Amino acid sequence: MDALLNNFFNIEIFQQVFPFLLRGLTVTIGLSALVIPVGLIGGLAVALLATQSSSRTVRTLIAVYVDVFRALPPLVLLIFIYFGFPFLNIDLPKLMAVALGFLLNNAAYYGEIFRAGLQSVPQGQMEAARSTGLTRRQALVHVIVPQAVRNVLPDLLSNSIEVVKLTTLASVVALPELLRVARDAQALLYNPSPIVLAALIYLAVLWPLVRLLSRLEHKNMMVK
Amino acid sequence: MESLDLFLQTFFNLEIAARYWPDILSGAGITIGLSIVVTITGLALGLALALLRALQRTWLSLPIIAFVDVMRALPPLVILIIFFFAFPLIGISMSAFTATWLSLSLVLAAYAEESVWGGILSLPRGQSEAARSTGLTWWQTMTSVVLPQAVRIALPPLTNRVISVSKNVALGSVVALSEVLNNAQSATSNAGNPTPLTMAALAYLVIFIPVMFGARRLENRLQWRV
Repeated sequence: MDALLNNFFNIEIFQQVFPFLLRGLTVTIGLSALVIPVGLIGGLAVALLATQSSSRTVRTLIAVYVDVFRALPPLVLLIFIYFGFPFLNIDLPKLMAVALGFLLNNAAYYGEIFRAGLQSVPQGQMEAARSTGLTRRQALVHVIVPQAVRNVLPDLLSNSIEVVKLTTLASVVALPELLRVARDAQALLYNPSPIVLAALIYLAVLWPLVRLLSRLEHKNMMVK
Repeated sequence: MESLDLFLQTFFNLEIAARYWPDILSGAGITIGLSIVVTITGLALGLALALLRALQRTWLSLPIIAFVDVMRALPPLVILIIFFFAFPLIGISMSAFTATWLSLSLVLAAYAEESVWGGILSLPRGQSEAARSTGLTWWQTMTSVVLPQAVRIALPPLTNRVISVSKNVALGSVVALSEVLNNAQSATSNAGNPTPLTMAALAYLVIFIPVMFGARRLENRLQWRV
């Protein structure tokens, strides 16, 4: 019991590292605030190309892109970019490497979600919108996309929670987000309490979102 | 032309590929093996938890909900690192394989429970009432009437989750599990050339694209046509 308290819930160490972990949390939140919107935009573009493009080639390329990046573990992608690119004499700053990896991965995942949403809007919506004189683009922007997004809101939230969790991967390339800071503190103090504290912080931030998601999902299922 | 050459020599160097091919292959063996084990234990545990929750006893449901929530809120890498780096300090040491297996199984179990439970909830109450009124026991009702339907409903999220958790076997590289990514990283630093990383990426595609297609087929086949 003493060993557990000392190593996992060491109050003294908690107090000592808390300010550093908060700084790590800021980086985690900042990183999420960067990669989630970028991923959402990329995903919407992917979905629009997959469903609206009249070119078969484009649609096939998008399908291949989505499958490849859904099959590739994000950590493999990140390490490939971070450790591979310098060999081409391309010096990619850490944050850029991480952001690029996340964009490629997220656009595929969000793209699938948006595609499902776009396909859930009945064809008649487009026809009705066009018949009122809206152009195709106007119909998409004002009629189709808003309905599509509302239909897949729980999935978008679910994926965004996954993305926040995925930011821990950036610790592998030494970006000082929450997990990285905690691991450094652990190595320095030779005590895993900082990691436990980091886990508690992740819980505090993400648990409310997971609860909300659970509710949304079950409500959706009951309605269907 | 020269830059294309540089690119090929860097990422698709055949000589290096030939030299490190066995490392990637043995890593792929571990990745595939661990994915299968994680899938089996994760789904079995998730199903068991959903069944327990269906008993509708508060003292059982509350801990299950708490477990599921925690496992869904914590990043898998954090769970893995706690198992591998923190547990030894309280006298519980485990190999990189065990730590990866355990953490991913728990994560998959949580998601599987959530999906199957969602499936159970979405069934009309009349299903289990009708089953019970024909004289089936609670257990028979669950296994022959409720679960087969619930699992079908839950299939798309389940297959997605199985794939994404299996891909997380790559996280094992952080605790030096000798799966594909880890082997490729050491090969890359030994060779001074990232071709092994390309091979690792290709290995993951070769492993997981067929799984994704298989999952899609399974979903289409078992989908109810209403």
